[in-house]
Amino acid sequence: MPEPVKVLTKRYEVEDAHTLDGYVRTGGYAALRSALGSSPEQLRQLVKDSGLRGRGGAGFPTGVKWGFVPQDTGKPIYLVINADEGEPGTFKDRELMERDPHQLLEGIVIASYALNCTRAFIFLRGEYLWPGIRIEQALAEAYREGYIGRDVLGSGVDVDITLHYAAGAYICGEETALLEALEGRRGQPRLRPPFPAVAGLYASPTVVNNVESIANVPHIVEHGAEWYRSMGTEKSPGPKLFCVSGEVVRPGNYEWPLGTPARQIVEESCGGMLEGRALKFWAPGGSSTPLLTAEHYDVPMDFDSIAAEGSLLGTGAMMMFSERTSVVDAVLNWTKFYEHESCGKCTPCREGVFWMAQILERILEGHGRIEDLQTLDDACDNIFGRSFCALGDGATSPIKSSLKYFRNEYEQLIERGRLPQEYAAHAGVVTDNSGMHRPSQLVRR
Amino acid sequence: MLSPDLRREAEALVDRYPVGRSALLPLLHLVQSQDGMISEDGVAECAELLSLTKAEVGAVATFYTMYKRRPLGRHLVSVCTNFSCKVRGAQEVYDRVSERLGVGHNETTPDGAITLEHAECLGNCEGAPVVSVDYLNHECLTPEQALELVDRLVAGEVPPPTRGFPSPGIRPMSHRLAGLGPVTARPGEAWVVDTAGTPKPGAGDEAERRGLRARERAAAGDSASGPLHDGADKGLGIGSQATPGAAQAPEGTGAAQREAEKADADAQVREAGLSADEVEEESGYSARESPTNDPGSEERSSYPDADPRKQDLEADRPAGDRDDSRLLTDRRAAPDGIADTPQSDELGDKRPPEADRETGTYPGGDTTIRSGTGGGEDNDRDA
Ligand SMILES: Cc1cc2nc3c(=O)[nH]c(=O)nc-3n(C[C@H](O)[C@H](O)[C@H](O)COP(=O)(O)O)c2cc1C
Ligand code: FES
Repeated sequence: MPEPVKVLTKRYEVEDAHTLDGYVRTGGYAALRSALGSSPEQLRQLVKDSGLRGRGGAGFPTGVKWGFVPQDTGKPIYLVINADEGEPGTFKDRELMERDPHQLLEGIVIASYALNCTRAFIFLRGEYLWPGIRIEQALAEAYREGYIGRDVLGSGVDVDITLHYAAGAYICGEETALLEALEGRRGQPRLRPPFPAVAGLYASPTVVNNVESIANVPHIVEHGAEWYRSMGTEKSPGPKLFCVSGEVVRPGNYEWPLGTPARQIVEESCGGMLEGRALKFWAPGGSSTPLLTAEHYDVPMDFDSIAAEGSLLGTGAMMMFSERTSVVDAVLNWTKFYEHESCGKCTPCREGVFWMAQILERILEGHGRIEDLQTLDDACDNIFGRSFCALGDGATSPIKSSLKYFRNEYEQLIERGRLPQEYAAHAGVVTDNSGMHRPSQLVRR
Repeated sequence: MLSPDLRREAEALVDRYPVGRSALLPLLHLVQSQDGMISEDGVAECAELLSLTKAEVGAVATFYTMYKRRPLGRHLVSVCTNFSCKVRGAQEVYDRVSERLGVGHNETTPDGAITLEHAECLGNCEGAPVVSVDYLNHECLTPEQALELVDRLVAGEVPPPTRGFPSPGIRPMSHRLAGLGPVTARPGEAWVVDTAGTPKPGAGDEAERRGLRARERAAAGDSASGPLHDGADKGLGIGSQATPGAAQAPEGTGAAQREAEKADADAQVREAGLSADEVEEESGYSARESPTNDPGSEERSSYPDADPRKQDLEADRPAGDRDDSRLLTDRRAAPDGIADTPQSDELGDKRPPEADRETGTYPGGDTTIRSGTGGGEDNDRDA
């Protein structure tokens, strides 16, 4: 059985870890010093060897992505950190930046050096004001002490980091939409190819990486690729932050090696489901990943095992719901989210998601017709794979998967015109949170 | 028009990026910090600063949820109603708060104290249900605690959030969002702006602002903690917050405890580089200059609110008797959307506005390429 690990969260219990003092006292910036002693090529190879896969949702190998960047175009190379965390259920990057911002900054400096990039941007979700202030403070300290800026630690390497607050649009998490937003435009995705690695920010080679992906880098540099591969599975190595929310006793971020069974994470870290509530359905990686059921409770949480069950690891945001919760209610809630967040660029997503929300709402209000289920299914098929970016695909995930596993609940609802008694109308039911103190130390069993 | 101070900050923002247009989102936050909304003036000024058309700036401003087209109240209260929060009671929190304040989504109380909105996932689901005040989160609120929170906000108090400091108001916080915090590089690196990192009041007239500035300086002089970039949140560490819920003062809070909390909050404000006066100053704002008291304000707003498609539907719906099937057919029968005038209005918000974008190649022609005077220079010359 896997054991919980403390890599990214190793300083979560250190009260002043967000200050330079606290960070350096606990071994911070040692990896940067050793990285500056290697060549950029060696560092890129190291990250490739570690097998680190992107933590932003797609799981693309980070070292391979870095390898795509042409080094000889004569154009500047940019590194953009995707801190737009907007996927419902996801809150790992927020806590990481709040508690240990220097870990991210150190990763950025190392990654920039490895990529021969002298200018990095942190594209931060606008609502993340407090994490942003933490980053601002960390930047100021790191600049003052020469960890960032001109001639980092006397090495002759220049790395500048700019924090950029966005303004509230989920789509800006999509990397090309993010680049549009960073260029001061509407956050609508670009056609690919060309990929950002070739023509990204200001049409220059650009690497877009998630916060958690980059936070792994100092640890890989410090302890080596082999150590990194000692955690997780062959194809999904390393530690992962799992954000567990919903009807569990202790929601929170918990760090486990990739490949840990979902049940173990929920039982051991979160204290299981709330008393008297048995697991009914859950999303393994945010609302854009197809729902799974109690039958899949023991699935190992790594990219390939989850894919084998027909879902996706996504961001590792596990949302757990019980038998007292209506899956249709959940699906409508998420579909309205996608309706609101669709950027409007392509028709299937803009129109399709709008109509699907209308239909779901009608079903939940008791005016559903049995043909609606077929209509929903068709609409999903017409959006999936036909929308301009993956937002549309994600919007179909909860609908498709709930139709697959819980069709009878839809049918019942349509027949009876209301939810059966045993479902809680959510308003007011789970509001007794008096016993639900946030664990102050989030990595515990 | 941006005040001279903000204008200087705006110009510094434009200089911060390799291509000036990248500063547009921060500039719009700056506009909002002064005007409490994306004003027509502000759009024009951004356009002028970046050599864009007003339409180009407007197209960007209308895309993002955080830019408001009607004046914000003193505080923005956002209740997350995404599902991880909803399953823990967020809908009731929202409904009760909405009822208490007498306003709905994106509306402001008549006294200008609070603008309410329901928000999508705020990335804090472990603290469900989450209510944020000016983007600082209060976790695990029961409906009663949420009501107490907004009552106190209306009364001019600011209870401390779970992490962070009591917000001096949405305008100063919007100023923070422009990224003008203490991101200090070395002197000479023009694109990194050093503004001593103090959240500044974005509202009020120039004289008032100057007064504040003077007091701010005085406060900085005699306070050991200094401005924000010197560890503003000392003592506010996450670990030190033992019981998040406690901050929300559950029923039965005695006056003494309130007093203690207030002292605590004041201390935190000071830590954050603000004097307690300023918070009060900020609280008094609405009394003098209540945006929503101005009956003309709504007409003056240059943008129709949100997705009008929805308003349209809402309008069609008799409360209590929503016949969606009829709507579905009606909508389907409607003539082709784009040609139809009302519908093209509807889509105005969502249609791609800029045809100038060739994929992959950066147009460049419509933007000024700027190079910093510092570390970015060599790097950016080729952009
Ligand atoms: C609709 C949509 C939203 C996304 N949101 C995020 C996000 O908030 N944060 C993130 O890191 N990646 C997000 N992504 C994934 C990014 O496009 C991209 O794959 C990722 O940032 C790459 O970083 P990584 O390789 O380090 O994972 C999103 C993708 C889509 C399609
Ligand atoms: S669902 Fe409310 S913060 Fe995520």
